[in-house]
Amino acid sequence: MNTMMSFKLSLITAIALLVSGVAHAELRIRIDGGAVGAKPIAIVPFVNNTGAALDSDVTQVIADDLQRSGLFEPLPENAMIAKPAQPQDVKFQNWRAVQVDHLVIGSVNVRPGGGQVVRFHLFDVYKAEQLIAYDVPTDAQSGGLRSAAHRVADYIYEAVTGTPGVFDTQIAYVTVDGAGDNRRFRLIVADADGFGPKTVVTSREPLLSPAWSPDFRRLAYVAFEDGQTAIYVHELATGQAQQLVRKPGLNGAPSWSPDGRYIAAALSYQGSPDIYRIAVGSKQLKRLTDSGAIETEPDWSPDGRKILFTSDRGGKPQIYEMSSDGGRATRVSFEGKSNSRGRYSADGKRIALVNYDDQGYRIGVLDLDTRQTNILSNGPLDESPSFAPNGAVLIYARQTSGGGELATVTSDGRVRQRLSQSGSVREPAWSPFLK
Amino acid sequence: MTTSMISLQRIAKPALVAAFAATLVACGGNDEPLEQPATQETRPADSGFGTGSANTNRQPATPQPQPPVDPDAALRDKRTLYFAFDSAELDAESMKIAKAHGRYLLANPGVRLRLEGHTDERGTREYNIALGERRAKAVERVMLLQGVSKSQLTTISYGEENPVDLGHTESAWAKNRRVEIQYR
Repeated sequence: MNTMMSFKLSLITAIALLVSGVAHAELRIRIDGGAVGAKPIAIVPFVNNTGAALDSDVTQVIADDLQRSGLFEPLPENAMIAKPAQPQDVKFQNWRAVQVDHLVIGSVNVRPGGGQVVRFHLFDVYKAEQLIAYDVPTDAQSGGLRSAAHRVADYIYEAVTGTPGVFDTQIAYVTVDGAGDNRRFRLIVADADGFGPKTVVTSREPLLSPAWSPDFRRLAYVAFEDGQTAIYVHELATGQAQQLVRKPGLNGAPSWSPDGRYIAAALSYQGSPDIYRIAVGSKQLKRLTDSGAIETEPDWSPDGRKILFTSDRGGKPQIYEMSSDGGRATRVSFEGKSNSRGRYSADGKRIALVNYDDQGYRIGVLDLDTRQTNILSNGPLDESPSFAPNGAVLIYARQTSGGGELATVTSDGRVRQRLSQSGSVREPAWSPFLK
Repeated sequence: MTTSMISLQRIAKPALVAAFAATLVACGGNDEPLEQPATQETRPADSGFGTGSANTNRQPATPQPQPPVDPDAALRDKRTLYFAFDSAELDAESMKIAKAHGRYLLANPGVRLRLEGHTDERGTREYNIALGERRAKAVERVMLLQGVSKSQLTTISYGEENPVDLGHTESAWAKNRRVEIQYR
């Protein structure tokens, strides 16, 4: 499957960006693969009962989400025989006739006390029964009607596949454009579908390694300042950044503990880069590794007990696992010539990594039980994998002739998306679930 | 190694011309421009990406008295040391260049150097920041062993973030795996 759709930024976001003085490009999404085996679903245009124009096309947002997952094929509106608004109006034979497995109907209504409520019903067409129905209220804090539509798509995705959806999550990434003195690095946060990019930090010097706090409210990242690296913690709601650590030498690769109290990072002020644990509140340091090798790219396990990291103590970079208090480390990666930047899945059972062999740098998933590594991308210069919070999809960065772009791939390797824009995009990090 | 040598030659020539021209400008009619320690970078003049910090920090070092014949001058004109993939080992040529700069520092204790480590784009970004630091520290170690004072040297790594060649070929990568010697 080639380009199946492209995603355009709305005027609202364009205006928001002008306020910050930045004419900024959005991510365009293209799907590679998918559709084969995708489940046909009919999403009847939602009825607007609010008496006012809506700022988002709820039906379209839901359909786009489901289609881009690669697991659903929405029925075109002109192929619908009927457009029922209420459950009692649904005639299942109309939907069996067009061979859809599932049917969604719904409406947007005024919410008593302010805002709106999206009501929807999901039906199994062949069993002729309702699977789920919810009232999903808008919430000014979580992005209004568009966010509510993503939550509807999440409910549908979970009801049909058994896995929670990640449509109402966000991604952080770094863009680079310009050259020489005009080069600008931007740390950006956008919805998981690329909508509504907001610039969090702008710098002439490199920005890298954004890491979401488990509570979704803060981003840790690495910046260069006055010829030195430092790790910052940025509060998304207030826009305030606090310097966490700036030791002589390297300050890099932040990763949050699941309770949000610590950040593991690579620091080199005592010699070669080692893994340290930094208390976010007191900024107190505890050294966790001590070798003459490079140790970097720590990642905290979801249960808080272990930390993965990259080390070349054995010659070439490989991934090791140790207790989150430090101590003896065990090598976990063995495939190919080298492996680096391990990232746990949310259930802690798999590790996303960058595998290097004769075919270049590719994204792999290592199953910690079977010790098998599944290569999911084509290379040759893929990097920075991170799991979506449902573990079903990964996001990573790849290199093209036009610069860096982001890509997603389902953890079974079946469905890919490419997210590109003018200039270079890199260093993606998928947020946790919104709480 | 052969690849590195070739690119070094190719880079050094136009850069020397640029360095000479820039020295003339910088000295504003000083009648002995060739006696100044050359302080300009030896990177290709047409490099698409400047190293941001380098652009702001590069200043001519304080002119120092020089002997009339300086056998190290030609070596010191070379300000970039190149490395093999995933390696921080200095080859013979790099070692000679590093030591020539080291001798200059020994003779001129007031002069300070910044050693800026870089890598090619292969490998992960944070690992490459660490690898660039290892390269810069390898050069620093050579100079420290010569007896250069630690206070004359600083190191920083940009990893793969500041390439001089944006290509994705072996020759582009060879140019990007480097330590830049910058007089402060």
